[in-house]
Amino acid sequence: MVGLEHYLILAAVLFSIGLYGALAKRNAIVILMSIELMLNGVNIALVAFSRYIVPLMLTGQVFTIFVMVVAAAEVAVGLAIIISIYRHRETIDATKINLMKW
Amino acid sequence: MGVSIAFWILAAIGVMAALAVVLLRDVFRAALSLVLCFLTVAGIYITLSADFLAAVQILIYVGAISVLIILAIMLTREVQRGSPSNKLQIPAFLVAVLFLGGVTFAMLNTPWAVSSAPPLEPTTPAIAGLLFGEGGFILPVEIAPILLLAAILGAIALVREK
Repeated sequence: MVGLEHYLILAAVLFSIGLYGALAKRNAIVILMSIELMLNGVNIALVAFSRYIVPLMLTGQVFTIFVMVVAAAEVAVGLAIIISIYRHRETIDATKINLMKW
Repeated sequence: MGVSIAFWILAAIGVMAALAVVLLRDVFRAALSLVLCFLTVAGIYITLSADFLAAVQILIYVGAISVLIILAIMLTREVQRGSPSNKLQIPAFLVAVLFLGGVTFAMLNTPWAVSSAPPLEPTTPAIAGLLFGEGGFILPVEIAPILLLAAILGAIALVREK
């Protein structure tokens, strides 16, 4: 029988994979995809808490809806920034985009 | 019992798809396995009896966000270069493993107050009541469209030709 811990560990595994991708990748689109993985892991944890701790209140599911709204906005703006950078500098390699690096 | 089997199958496919996203060299295949991962997350929501969220997950993530990501991959012709790692590969791996170990240790050693009440089904009327009802989340619901409008305007302003 699966319980709360199984879902929480699955969420932590997804978050860690996304964390590795966000830190170690050079392609900006892959970094954005890794951030989406992290958001999905957090969503699984929120829904699991909502299901097992307060099954009748559904607060975690409402939080998940707001996380999805923010993720959609983040992807739209992030991809627009990436396309804008590609248009000006002909690259989306995150190690070469160092205009604001001190 | 069926829920357990479904959870293990979905978890295995989801974790493998997530690993494929960060390990595959082909960016386009990484995006396709990201779609597979989103689909298994929707299945996980169904095993948690969150039917409305499963539908929203498929509509927004599988439908909209993956299309945006694949469109961006097509617009930036970086597919030939693949998805190389930077110099921080080993420190990033260590950070991820340490994070996973710490969080798993904390999760397994916390006495969660698990409730034995059966889950609410269907969840859609209850979520509607929480979002729009008295004493609910009406203020965040009103702020969310402002955020979306700002994001749309920002995206248009960023990619517009001068």
